[in-house]
Amino acid sequence: MQTAERAVDTRHMQISEEIAIQIRGMNKWFGQFHVLRDIDLTVHRGERIVICGPSGSGKSTLIRCINRLEEHQSGQIIVDGTELTSDLKNIDKVRSEVGMVFQHFNLFPHLTILENCTLAPIWVRKVPKAEAEETAMHFLRKVKIPDQAHKYPGQLSGGQQQRVAIARSLCMKPRIMLFDEPTSALDPEMIKEVLDTMISLAEDGMTMICVTHEMGFAQAVANRVVFMDQGQVVEQNTPREFFNNPQSERSRMFLSQILGH
Amino acid sequence: MSDTHAQTVRFVRDSMLPQAAPPAGQAGAVRWLRENLFSGWLNTILTVLGLIAVFFLLRGLVPWFAHSVWNANTLTECREIIAQIWGPDARGACFAVVRDRWQQWLFGFYPAHLYWRPVLALVLLFVALAPVLVPGMSRRLMAVSAIYPFLGFWLLWGGSMWLPVVALLGFVIGWVVWRALRGVSPLLAIIAAVIVPVLWWLLAAAPVDRALSSAIPLGIDAVRSDRFGGFVLSLTIGVAAISLSLPLGIALALGRRSDMFLIKTMSVCFIEFIRGVPLITLLFTASLLLNYFLPPGTSFDIILRVIIMVTLFAAAYIAEVIRGGLAALPRGQYEAADALGLNYFQAQRLIVLPQALKISIPGIVSTFIGLFKDTTLVIFVGLLDPLKGITDAVRASMEWKGIYWEPYIFVGTIFFIFCFGMSRYSMYLERRLKRDNR
Repeated sequence: MQTAERAVDTRHMQISEEIAIQIRGMNKWFGQFHVLRDIDLTVHRGERIVICGPSGSGKSTLIRCINRLEEHQSGQIIVDGTELTSDLKNIDKVRSEVGMVFQHFNLFPHLTILENCTLAPIWVRKVPKAEAEETAMHFLRKVKIPDQAHKYPGQLSGGQQQRVAIARSLCMKPRIMLFDEPTSALDPEMIKEVLDTMISLAEDGMTMICVTHEMGFAQAVANRVVFMDQGQVVEQNTPREFFNNPQSERSRMFLSQILGH
Repeated sequence: MSDTHAQTVRFVRDSMLPQAAPPAGQAGAVRWLRENLFSGWLNTILTVLGLIAVFFLLRGLVPWFAHSVWNANTLTECREIIAQIWGPDARGACFAVVRDRWQQWLFGFYPAHLYWRPVLALVLLFVALAPVLVPGMSRRLMAVSAIYPFLGFWLLWGGSMWLPVVALLGFVIGWVVWRALRGVSPLLAIIAAVIVPVLWWLLAAAPVDRALSSAIPLGIDAVRSDRFGGFVLSLTIGVAAISLSLPLGIALALGRRSDMFLIKTMSVCFIEFIRGVPLITLLFTASLLLNYFLPPGTSFDIILRVIIMVTLFAAAYIAEVIRGGLAALPRGQYEAADALGLNYFQAQRLIVLPQALKISIPGIVSTFIGLFKDTTLVIFVGLLDPLKGITDAVRASMEWKGIYWEPYIFVGTIFFIFCFGMSRYSMYLERRLKRDNR
């Protein structure tokens, strides 16, 4: 387990009263299988939430519902005041406000790093090319790989690719970032560079929801840990309370499994 | 190192080993021969048998080619020359037939004083292809590519200048309509941009063409479709069908993967029907049946009908090839495009198709090569293809009665040049588009 070594700067990490994401009584099925059961979750602007739980517990499916990569069958999801229904306009609106980082990066291999970052701003936000490139270079500097801008994703290491993926999302100036196991496909040596990038993002006050197994990261930056099992939220608490004093039997077992060695 | 154990012996490397060359005898021609031709007794026997087969093949072919005659007026004269020089039993090729009749294989019965038109059309074809096929060409050449279909048509068939202009105007009208309505409703704009030009072509085009032609009679000699033949015919059908079948194939492939039930069903039915039927059936349909379905009085050019059928045929195959490429894309690519907020058409155009088409290049080019060679099947609807139509016409003449191999070798060689060219281009394209070091 990688622990964030540097002290986290908390100056901007203010949580406002404003609600960023509101999920009420949400259910989802894959065929007959009830993946998400009666989920209630409220995320305030500036909050950083870590979702953890055993595999198959529905945590990835949950955050994929937030930008409608998966469709929910009942209940309500309201993102930034827009309710997700089958209305394509609302879906596009939410997707352009919510950035997502995937486990397998999903960079576009036929485009350069810079083109990967400027594509969506140019075509979705209709930003002029020069301005989009300037923004892209700004975020590539922020994730510390401006010198790779003209290479193709296949020429970069896993950690670099994931940082590009983060920069690509940031170029859309999202108000919310979703991370779906961003470090699970990385070599141990590269996990830290990605986590550092995520920490600096948190320091800037970004609203973040991360599905991750990096408990060190959770302790350093999260203000809430959501523990899921069998498609349900089992426990929600501050990281300190969750790790030191887990309330449910299931959480205790999970923590002993992953922290035990 | 075999007697050292990690548990018992401490080991710390103090210098890293540099890269070394492989030992002598492990590289070079001798090793290659031993490994590939004589690696065992079975392999050695096969090598010897292969060499014997090659020897007998060459023993037959080399003298035949070496004795070829290029200057003669008839087959009899040809044979006399061979007997005179190489002895009465010698056999030789009589390529004089090619020298004598090459125009016919290339141009069919196209009027001889108008040969410059198909030649110019071919030259302009390469100009029009250049910006599409070669990277870094001037974007302005794209204008040539855009008007080439109309220009090429006019050069080949001739006639009034206004017919292609009026046809081109249909596209311009469609574009104007789309621009005008785009702000109102994108869907309405697309539908109107299809319907209005079609109405123009069906209703307005003919009278406008007649009016313009009588007002300003500008034109070149018209050439009827039955004068077309040989490679002019093959290339006309081949180039037109290739350039039309790719977009249609892409649309069908996307349609088959669409979530919309009606579009999906229609694409599947079309693809499966066309693939389930031999091309010759479609060509017969084009030449015979289509006339029954069309309103009486419409005369629909036979070459145009064949082009339509060959296009539909190739499009069904291309659709399946591209579907393979689409299926090979990881789901994550679609998800990333969705997550960034790209809409369906943007995602297809910017993310999905560039990658899927790249994967499909070998299959697409195979289909194109097959299509080009299949143009010889037009003989079955009475058009003079170079392979059988023209060759039979040549062999029916008094001078060249009885000649057999030489025309086929000539026609085969020209087909080979075109097909091999396409094949090499596709390999070049694959190399150029290679982006990752996977």
